[in-house]
Parts: sequence; structure tokens; C-alpha cells
Amino acid sequence: MTVTAQDVFALAQQDKEERLLPQLVRLTRHHRAACPAYDRILKAIGHADGGGDGREYAAVAELPWLPVRMFKDHVLKSVPDDAVFRVLTSSGTTGAISRIHLDREAAATQARMLARTMRTVLGPRRLPMLIVDSRTTTRSSSARAAGVLGMANFGRDHTWILDEDDRPDLSALKGFLARHGDAPFLIFGFTFMVWRYLYEPARAAGLDLSRGVLVHSGGWKKLAAQAVDNADFRSCFAEHTGLTRIHNFYGMVEQIGTVFLEGPSGDSLYCPDIADVIVRDPTTWAETEPGVPGLLEVVSTLPRSYPGHVLLTEDLGVVHGIDDGDWPGKRFSVLGRLPRAEARGCSDTFAARPGGAAA
Amino acid sequence: MIDDERLRRVFRSALNLGDEVEVDVLEYRGIDKWDSLAHMALVAALEDEFDIMIDIDDVIDMSSFGKARELLEKHLV
Repeated sequence: MTVTAQDVFALAQQDKEERLLPQLVRLTRHHRAACPAYDRILKAIGHADGGGDGREYAAVAELPWLPVRMFKDHVLKSVPDDAVFRVLTSSGTTGAISRIHLDREAAATQARMLARTMRTVLGPRRLPMLIVDSRTTTRSSSARAAGVLGMANFGRDHTWILDEDDRPDLSALKGFLARHGDAPFLIFGFTFMVWRYLYEPARAAGLDLSRGVLVHSGGWKKLAAQAVDNADFRSCFAEHTGLTRIHNFYGMVEQIGTVFLEGPSGDSLYCPDIADVIVRDPTTWAETEPGVPGLLEVVSTLPRSYPGHVLLTEDLGVVHGIDDGDWPGKRFSVLGRLPRAEARGCSDTFAARPGGAAA
Repeated sequence: MIDDERLRRVFRSALNLGDEVEVDVLEYRGIDKWDSLAHMALVAALEDEFDIMIDIDDVIDMSSFGKARELLEKHLV
């Protein structure tokens, strides 16, 4: 089935909020009833209505948010133990691990939603897939592996461009391009690795990536040290390899299946119709005006097996505009990690919090 | 008609299963050997063996031997 941007990135901001609000209110009620720890947290922050309906929420921004950190300190799930199908984890350097519980339905739903979102830029077919990573990593139980494996469903003839010892394998890259380089193919990797292990070798060897579609995530901190920002990244790929179809994305294991995807022009990230972002002033918690950076809150109607539908991230971001870009709704950028936030291990950061610049 | 024995052979080979394993009841992630990585190998093996192209939705939905059988029926009709 063909899925276009008009199917996933369709709603103008006001329509979106009108649709999201009742669904998110219902989800809040569902999670309060199904997850006592979540209910206690909400009571503690002044949303004291138990599982009931007493409190009215007139806007998405009024809904109580949960700091993502809570998934490290508490077991927060809205399904019974025997219904848990998968537990996703994101590890950090301090040993604190988020644990996200999915039942069978939630696991399938998140995979379908991710597929639906990605198909807007990949098309319906599984494309030959170049993975900017190693099989060794993919076999590990890291969150980075989970990121690669989640994307691998969209590809075929998967080719890893790092060998088993994580060294660049130029012959694998050249072999892939010889087989598939003259028709659309998918490239996936974490931003910093894509730059180092794909862009740099491809440029040096004069390789043609012009039929590729690159999907990448993971943040810019490591590249900022080399003075490479998103605009440089895109223009260098275009100029030296011919690759112009590039989509950065932002998402996190705590809201698995929801991805905020860069539009074709590359100026911003966009929210799928099931999700939205709110930027908050970190001192007053008020929503900031477009153009004013703050802390990113992400909302999504997807999380049903755990209370992750309204989350305050540890990432700084800025809304650039509303209903004025490639696709409707808010368009935004992630600016990096809140400075006092826990530093995570770089490898896992790439997958656990794609788009977060904690690398 | 689906040749069930042929389908079982593809499962055994792609998932590296011994003869003693009952294939018809298998579910994705129901056993250690059918994990995400093995799932990709299984999809590729099915495509090769039956000369079909499995699309993204079907890769995600192919969550059991029975589902794989249904998928093949759809393709081979």
C-alpha cells in the first residue's frame, strides 16, 4: 500500500490539537486506572483526580507530563505482568536504565506506525538497505541494535558497511552500490557514524549515492566538534556524493514507534498526525512562542501499554513555525541535551534517544 | 496449495532449528532463535525459496508460522 505524506503528516495544527486532546485525555484516564504508580505521580504533581474525570483539560498543553527519567526510577506499565511481550531498555553511563513494557498489541502497533511514517519517504517496497553499522552491534542487546533492527524491516539485501570488528569495509560498500546503486536504495545509520563511515569514504572514493534515501538520527554534538551542522551535512552529501534525499528523525524508546521526521527540504522536523511537540520554558514551564528555545515535551496517542503518551524530554528544542513548512503542523529542531541531564553512553544514545544530541 | 513441508524446511534452515522442534506452532519471539535478526533471515529465505517479494506490512505481520503460511497463500494464489 502506498502511503504518502498526506496520509501521515496531514493535519493543520488546530485540527490536530482538537483530535489529539480527547484521545490523550482518555489515555491519561486509562493509564491512571491501569498503572497505580503513574496515578500516584500525577497526584503528587497536583493532578489529584484519581481515575476519574473531575479535572477538565482544555488544551493538550494542560495535560500532566511525565519526565522521561521516571521510566528509570519506576516500573511504569499499564499491562499485567503476564501480558508483557517485550521490555525495551535504554542504557546510560550511570547505570540508570529506562524500561518500556510492551504487550503484543503495543509491539505490533508501534512497528506498524513506524512503518507507516517511514513509508511516506521510502515508498511501499522494501528497498535494498545499506546499514552504517556492524553486524556485531546488531547482534547485541543494545538500544542501538534495537534501532537498527527496527529499521531493518524496511530493507532487503541488508549490507553492513562496518565489518565484524567495527572497521570500515569499503568493498562491502562498493559491492552494494554495484548491485543496487542504479535504483532507489535505503541507507540507515546514526548521524555521526553516517558522516564518518559513509560520507567521508564515499567522498574520498568518488562514490555515487544519488539514488539513495538516507534516514538518520542521533544528534549533532559529535559533528558540532567538527563544525558540521545539518545544513553542512546535507550540502556536503549533495555536492560530493549526489545524495539529496535525506531525512533526519527524532524519537525515543520511551515513545517507541513515534518518529518526528525531517521534511524533504531539510529545514525542520515534523510531527506525524498522532503526535505533537510542546516547547516549554524550563523555569516557568509555560509554552514558549515559536522561535524561543526550551525543553521539549512530546505527546503521542501510541503508548497504551505504558504511560508514555505525554513526556517531558531532557532535550532542548525550538519550534520554527506552525503550518508554514513542507508539511502542516509544528516544525521544530532539537538543539541538544539539557546541560544538567545525565550523560548517556554515546553508543546507546544514538538509538535510545535518536535526535537527542547527547552523543 | 502450500507445500507445508517445504515451508517447514525454510523455517528450520533460516532459524537454525533441529528436527525435534515443532515448527507449525512457532511464534515470533516465542523462541530465542526467532528474534529480530533471524526474522530478517527468514523473510529473505522465504522470498528466495518461493520467488516472492514480501512488503513492509507483511514483514511486520508475519508473527507466526501460521501467518507465514497465510502470507504465502496470498502470494501464490
